[in-house]
Amino acid sequence: MSSPVASRFVGSAVHRKEDRRLLTGHGQYVADASAPRMVHAAFLRSDVAKARLNSVNIEAAKAAPGVVAVFLWSDFHEKFGEAWHAMLGQELVVPPPLAITDVRYVGDPIALVVATSRALAEDACGLIEVEYEPEQATVDYATAAADSNVVHAAWGLPSNVMVAVPFTPMSADLDETFGSVEHVVETTIVQNRYLCVPMETRGVLASWTPGLEELDLIVATQSVHETRNFFARYLGLDEGAVRVTARDVGGGFGQKMFVFREECAVVLATKLLGRPVKWIEDRLENLISAGHSRNELGHVRMAISADGVIEAITVDHVADVGAYTPCPAVMDPTLLPGPYRIPRLGFSTQMVWTNTMGKAAYRGPWMFETTAREMAIDVAARQIGMDPAELRRRNLLSLPELPFTSPGGKVFQEITPLETLEQALGMLGYDEFRKEQAAAREQGRWLGVGICVYVEPTSMEQSTLGTEGATIRIESSGKVVAFLSTTSHGQSIETTMAQIIADDLGVSYDDVTVVQADTQSTPYGPGTGGSRTAVIAGGAAHDAAVAVRDKVLGIAAHMMEAAPEDLEIAEGVVAVRGTPDRSLTIKEVATQAYTNAHTLPVEMAGGLEATIRFKPKRFPTWSNATHVCVVEIDPDTFIPRILRYIVSEDCGKMINPQVVEGQIFGGVVQGLGGVLYEDFRYDQDGNPQTTTFLDYLLPTTGEAPKIEIGHIESVSTTNPGGFKGMGEGGAIGAHAAVANAVGDALAHLGVNVTSTPLGPEQIFQLVQATKKERA
Amino acid sequence: MNDRTRVQLTVNGQREQVEVEPRALLADVLRDQLGLTGTHLACEHGVCGACTVLIDGEAARSCLVFAVQAEGASVTTVEGLTPPDGLSPVQEAMRDCHGLQCGFCTPGIVVSMTAYLDTHPNPTDAELRDAMSGNLCRCTGYQGILAAARQAADRMSASS
Repeated sequence: MSSPVASRFVGSAVHRKEDRRLLTGHGQYVADASAPRMVHAAFLRSDVAKARLNSVNIEAAKAAPGVVAVFLWSDFHEKFGEAWHAMLGQELVVPPPLAITDVRYVGDPIALVVATSRALAEDACGLIEVEYEPEQATVDYATAAADSNVVHAAWGLPSNVMVAVPFTPMSADLDETFGSVEHVVETTIVQNRYLCVPMETRGVLASWTPGLEELDLIVATQSVHETRNFFARYLGLDEGAVRVTARDVGGGFGQKMFVFREECAVVLATKLLGRPVKWIEDRLENLISAGHSRNELGHVRMAISADGVIEAITVDHVADVGAYTPCPAVMDPTLLPGPYRIPRLGFSTQMVWTNTMGKAAYRGPWMFETTAREMAIDVAARQIGMDPAELRRRNLLSLPELPFTSPGGKVFQEITPLETLEQALGMLGYDEFRKEQAAAREQGRWLGVGICVYVEPTSMEQSTLGTEGATIRIESSGKVVAFLSTTSHGQSIETTMAQIIADDLGVSYDDVTVVQADTQSTPYGPGTGGSRTAVIAGGAAHDAAVAVRDKVLGIAAHMMEAAPEDLEIAEGVVAVRGTPDRSLTIKEVATQAYTNAHTLPVEMAGGLEATIRFKPKRFPTWSNATHVCVVEIDPDTFIPRILRYIVSEDCGKMINPQVVEGQIFGGVVQGLGGVLYEDFRYDQDGNPQTTTFLDYLLPTTGEAPKIEIGHIESVSTTNPGGFKGMGEGGAIGAHAAVANAVGDALAHLGVNVTSTPLGPEQIFQLVQATKKERA
Repeated sequence: MNDRTRVQLTVNGQREQVEVEPRALLADVLRDQLGLTGTHLACEHGVCGACTVLIDGEAARSCLVFAVQAEGASVTTVEGLTPPDGLSPVQEAMRDCHGLQCGFCTPGIVVSMTAYLDTHPNPTDAELRDAMSGNLCRCTGYQGILAAARQAADRMSASS
């Protein structure tokens, strides 16, 4: 019965609802929480990458001041049940909370000390004596498959191969194509290991109340509901006996999507002790043991015709999943052709275990397909002597030719790859840049431009991910409370969802409060991640708001003796269209709905509340962008510096342009950080080398370039708002754009850039090696 | 290790007396004993700047200061920079320019930016970049933070 609503708040950069509390020091993060009789936990972690545990002596630790308990595996053994996540499936079990007979990476937890303060717990950790029997660690994932040192030998596994998919041609004439084209380009692209690094580390305050037999968790997570379901299974409880909340979470980027073994240990500790146990990890723990990402390589082959048409692409892919992977999300090879008209595809893939921290999801976890393809395209452009922008232009899809089904089976529609390329190149002034670059080279300056074009599968359908829910209630005061299934950790969800709801209900944005991340009051949601909130949670918020709006109109129509379809709602007032003096405030309607429900017609139940679940019309919702980066490398110091950074993106209709741009900015700086500054390293024995913020370098204001953004809007039809996800794109596109810019800056020296990181050390080595080769 | 020392200090204008272990960090005492959880700990080794507070008006990393070193000092945290009604010019600029997302680094950013602008009324963009380079943020790519610093600097100098 609802007519279309005016867009008053959607599309505008309203002030964020989150900001007041966060700016004044009143955010509610897990470290800020406490409970009566609370004690503090610290882990003793392995400082050896691979070893048998001959003995662990905890006697001195148990006697240390303030110590409440020291737990080993034997204390937890048989105290827990199933340990799997619905999204990842029952086969992927969270590793045991503490090491059993052996350790498999530096950081592997061996003991959990609980004491009256974190400092005393750490003191006691220092008193635990561990006798290790070290074994040869496997560190290099490129050779791990054939390595006779097997990471999981203690489980009786024969090799380090977790998953191996043999070469699979997706097109029958792949071999003939490679045999007949003008150019065959082969290159191996290597992406380094870098990490999510949320500013807030992991943490949990776990409270088991004996007698009540309930578990309460305040936890830094991206998914309160899946955390609840996990621990209900883990402890054999009904879901209703577990409450999980996460009012404010200080960033996740994928790291906090799933339950970690450390959280399991803390939950077992509170269960055994019957008092609240809090664990807030320190930065060292976060860097070495909270999940590592990227670290994949691919041998890419491309078949290219004489006029620059890419006829086929293949990859032989290897990914490092570490010792225990919290989330084995690696490259999606079926997405390798990306937003290009490439008709043929083939791939093999291998995931291998090493004695390092395991693979975790990180903002666009499948994104190596973009890095591999886009860096390989630049290698190809150099090899065949074509400008990299022109090579892309000849092969990119554009809106008018869609839908297009890729050889990987992806059906692309409502995307604008070529359009964003042209916009981004126009923003740079690409042709003028090439002239400037040539002139700069004459003066001995190393200037380069890099391009990356990608398509992002947002709001995917896998497992639990296809649906979100919302409950919306207009209270008897006329104010609105929305209970959403999301777990925001920086995405501005309280703001963007309130914008949608305010428009749909015809009320003020200021009158909408959003409640989320509380399993006792909000509908089930699988977690916030995968660029799925705008589309799926936004759809749920919209549909629930429309259902409540229909109730308002129904009751108001009865009160005014009008037809519902003749009514409209604006600024909190329901009026007969064209007769504004016949009106009621929403508060008046709400009063009727709640306090005089018995006077309503029999088919009207009273109250102004609705719960709706939403799933998009189809999956995924594609979004896309082009990144263009200009770097200059100092020929004396080899330090690269970004001079321009341009993004042209298409996320459909924007709920809040400032939030959209904020997501892009953050993603881009994470992506460029992974090329130029961030590189997590192990030595050959598996000892982590970058364990502080002085070794693992995050970009600062000193390094972050000014980022210019252009928008192209092709509206999505998967959801009522026309939105597309876009949270991961910045981090997906930046890596190859920056690497290609460095490659272009060095191309005239004969350097062929195929791997990252690309700090001054690596650039120096590349230049020296090329000089030597040519001498 | 458990011997406690009495420390007297002024926090956000209020005189406080706390009994602390000699090894206790100022940050932990502010958070755990005085309940001022706006000061956040994100690295505890003095790099990220999330725990920045003002000690006698100067920005300092409260994870690198022992509480006993603050004896007699006047400490201001993010809570103390907030006016009773509304937001400070720096907080307002951070909100206007979307200088925060998850908010975890934000208290340190607000304190650092306030301390800098209080003593540098007409900074250039390059100076603002330099001044804010000691605070790590993982969400914003610093675009909104730098825009906020510009806005706050301009408004503060216009109104002074």
